[in-house]
Amino acid sequence: MTEEILTVKDLKKYFLTSRGTVKAVDGVTFSIKEGETLGLVGESGSGKSTVAYTLVGIYQPTAGEIVFKGQDISKDFSKRLKPLKKDIQIVFQDPGSSLNPRRSIKQILELPLKVHHISCNRGRMKQVVKLLEMVELPFDYQYKYPQAIGGGEKQMVAVARALATNPSFVVLDEPTSALDVSVQAKIINLLMRLQQRLNLTYLFITHDLSLMRNVATRVAIMYLGKMCEVACTSEFFQNPLHPYTQMLLSSIPVVSDEEEMLKPKKILSRGEIPSPVNVPPGCSFHRRCPEGMELCSQVDPGMVEVGEEHTVRCHLFQGAKIAASTSQGEE
Amino acid sequence: MIAPLLEIKNLHVGFDIYGGSLKVLDGVNFAVGKGEKVGLVGETGCGKTTTMKSVMRILPIPPGRFTEGEIFFKERDLLRVNLKKVRGVKGKGISMIFQDPTAALNPVFTIGRQLMDVVKYSKGAGENQAKDTIRDRAINALKDVAMPDPERIMENYPIQLSGGMRQRVCIAMALVTGSALLIADEPTTSLDVTIQDQVLRLLGNLVEEKRNSTILITHSLGIVREWTNRVYVMYAGSMVEAAPTKGLFSNPLHPYTQGLMKAVPKLTGEGIAEGVPGRIPNYLNPPSGCRFHPRCPHVMRICEQERPPFFDGGNTHQVACFLYKE
Amino acid sequence: MERSAHATFWSRKLEAFGRGWYKFSRNPLSIIGLIAVLLVSFLATFAPFVAPYPKHAGVFVNFAEASQPPSLKHLFGTDVVGRDILSRIFFGFRFSLMLGAIVLTLVVPPGVILGLTAGYFKGTWIDTVIMRITDIFVAVPPLILALAICSVLSPNIFNAMIAVSLMWWPWYTRLVYGLSSSLRNEFFVQAAEVTGASRLHILFKEILPNCLSPIFTKMSLDMGWVILIGASLSFVGLGVQPPKPGLGTMVADGRIYMPDQWWITVFPAFAIMLVVLGFNLLGDGLRDLFAVEEV
Repeated sequence: MTEEILTVKDLKKYFLTSRGTVKAVDGVTFSIKEGETLGLVGESGSGKSTVAYTLVGIYQPTAGEIVFKGQDISKDFSKRLKPLKKDIQIVFQDPGSSLNPRRSIKQILELPLKVHHISCNRGRMKQVVKLLEMVELPFDYQYKYPQAIGGGEKQMVAVARALATNPSFVVLDEPTSALDVSVQAKIINLLMRLQQRLNLTYLFITHDLSLMRNVATRVAIMYLGKMCEVACTSEFFQNPLHPYTQMLLSSIPVVSDEEEMLKPKKILSRGEIPSPVNVPPGCSFHRRCPEGMELCSQVDPGMVEVGEEHTVRCHLFQGAKIAASTSQGEE
Repeated sequence: MIAPLLEIKNLHVGFDIYGGSLKVLDGVNFAVGKGEKVGLVGETGCGKTTTMKSVMRILPIPPGRFTEGEIFFKERDLLRVNLKKVRGVKGKGISMIFQDPTAALNPVFTIGRQLMDVVKYSKGAGENQAKDTIRDRAINALKDVAMPDPERIMENYPIQLSGGMRQRVCIAMALVTGSALLIADEPTTSLDVTIQDQVLRLLGNLVEEKRNSTILITHSLGIVREWTNRVYVMYAGSMVEAAPTKGLFSNPLHPYTQGLMKAVPKLTGEGIAEGVPGRIPNYLNPPSGCRFHPRCPHVMRICEQERPPFFDGGNTHQVACFLYKE
Repeated sequence: MERSAHATFWSRKLEAFGRGWYKFSRNPLSIIGLIAVLLVSFLATFAPFVAPYPKHAGVFVNFAEASQPPSLKHLFGTDVVGRDILSRIFFGFRFSLMLGAIVLTLVVPPGVILGLTAGYFKGTWIDTVIMRITDIFVAVPPLILALAICSVLSPNIFNAMIAVSLMWWPWYTRLVYGLSSSLRNEFFVQAAEVTGASRLHILFKEILPNCLSPIFTKMSLDMGWVILIGASLSFVGLGVQPPKPGLGTMVADGRIYMPDQWWITVFPAFAIMLVVLGFNLLGDGLRDLFAVEEV
């Protein structure tokens, strides 16, 4: 029975800007079990990156609770204890800017080792070589600078850096979105192997649903700061319930006819994604929803459990019992 | 036999850098007929943008250099024509849409102003064209790209529009000139999936309506499959496979194309294959013969010695690989 | 493993140097700037050995040779008391370069550190305090303040340097503030923060190295400006005092003898131009050199 390593309850993150309050994350609840990969899907404005950054401490949550290995960590990194920073790591989306162009790969990989006093000088040099081996990069790469290596290799260095402190939880924010297909394949396979070997837990964020299908054990989809649907991967793809999920799934370009058959009936996507400053009242998706009812423009639906670990936030599925965690969050 | 609208013959382009010259394009052969929707697929660094920049003559020279080859547009060699004359061709004959619509639009001018500027300087716009007609043409262009409330959009600034709408404005700007060929360089990479779908659908409809030819450059095989009727696959500076879209996807012939297809994550959830091993070659000292041979699972002796020309794989499906020599 | 690592260390440094030279030398003007600066530095450093009449730089009078036009004996002619102008110019370079070097040494470290800190803590009280103080100093025109300080204290080169330094540091703070506040949000800085790196590390090892190229470029251009301001101060009598050979002082001294004994003013003026232009062109070249390569 695997334990839950991370529990997030009713997490909120608002940003105050000159144009109004941006409700980037507006009440998100989920949990992740040790060793699994939770996939987080959404388009721009969904808040998925904000969730990621709040988990690793780049942002301070506005409200809500984050519990990691039994400890409450709902604060930003300036208030977090050092051992926690060893245990939670992140790989960013843009390899070009996640490595300092003025530092060599060796210096970049040594930093986490130095900060957490992992081995002395000579030991560190050996560790750097081991890290490079782990991501299958040649030993002499440590002397290179980021500009001299390709995007995929930069991302592998970023992965090596994230794993340098032997963390248990790694957030991967669109790690392969900027990369070509064959490089992506290499990195994803590497990440899966490492997960097995080192018993890592991943929060994997991407907008590429085909990728998600092959990587995640469970999938959660977000829209304008709220979760729309959460389910195990196979259930999510075989039986998508929320209209947004269906819209997204029907829009993805695929490369074979058999995949076409697996997509839900084509829902023509209409309208633009509203700005998170101007969230429509009621259900935030109602203006684009092909199934919109009058209720949807007035009342925001709550998360409802419709099957084995399958929850949806939509008025179409009212009637089923409210998931326990949501009601606790509302108190 | 109608001559193709655009034909690139054996194009070689080099870049001068520290330590020598990068032989980026190594004999590119490419053709687009009237009314065709051609896809150009390739990974980063294969030379697709360099090729299109060469067609548009916006490649920086130096450090770029055209060492060999010809680019025929409406049967005139763009490389041998005076740059001033080319400028005339560019606006009137070929227009381009770029990957990042935010960067392609000037943030300090209104949409209307930018659109009208394009109309003024394009084909069919006489010097003394009445201001109203120009404005009307701009508004019609916005209507063509399904912009809600075009009159209001004319007064907006790019920052007030969403990414998808900005890209639609760029499409309007590209089409209002009435050009025969539209080059779209990764037009939807920076857009969300649902918006991407909308924009590509729009582009498809417009192209059919106005019977333009389009070149869609992308690294996404899925997009190519849905939105083009013919595809070129490019690797390390030359085309390795060219086929009608259906044919390419049902029967990819070149080992590189096959590797790419396998590496694409599938909705069937069968896991992701390892993809093509190795890295793209160093353009300073590219591999001899077929540039793909160091990574090819079916490499033969001849591959290291000679560069394969296009062989016929049947049904206008061409592949540059010695495996198909007969 | 270590020995081979060192051998490749030097070959790597050599390659980096070669690559840097390639970038720098694309523009011939940069090379001209470099040559000019190297020439001036050489002359300034070795003035006692290279100048034909080193003694003329100090107290020296020889009315027999006074006001001689340029000749083979005195390439740039002599001034009204018989001193060789060419030699004095070499020594004059010393003052110019020294002024520039000392001012920049006084100005750059504090200016940069303040800018880094203010940028990193943008939006907090630290930012407000630092930047408002900077604003106050920026509001005063440097030359006017320098004149004021020099006329209150005794007019000499050191007070001139102090005056110029007081006015110069805010520009570095502003430059670095802009860079630091935008770099602060880059992913690589956040990655370091998530890992738990100390603030000092982030400021000096992550952010600062990315600011160096604009800083060095500005320093090179500033050398030119500082030297020009120093010459201006000497010109109005508030900098290098006679009989010391400041270039500005020499230009001022020769004014009244124009246009007949033109060489007394013109050659020192050209010398100033050479130095300032040299540093400007070099600065442009440095900017090219530091541009981050994209593959």
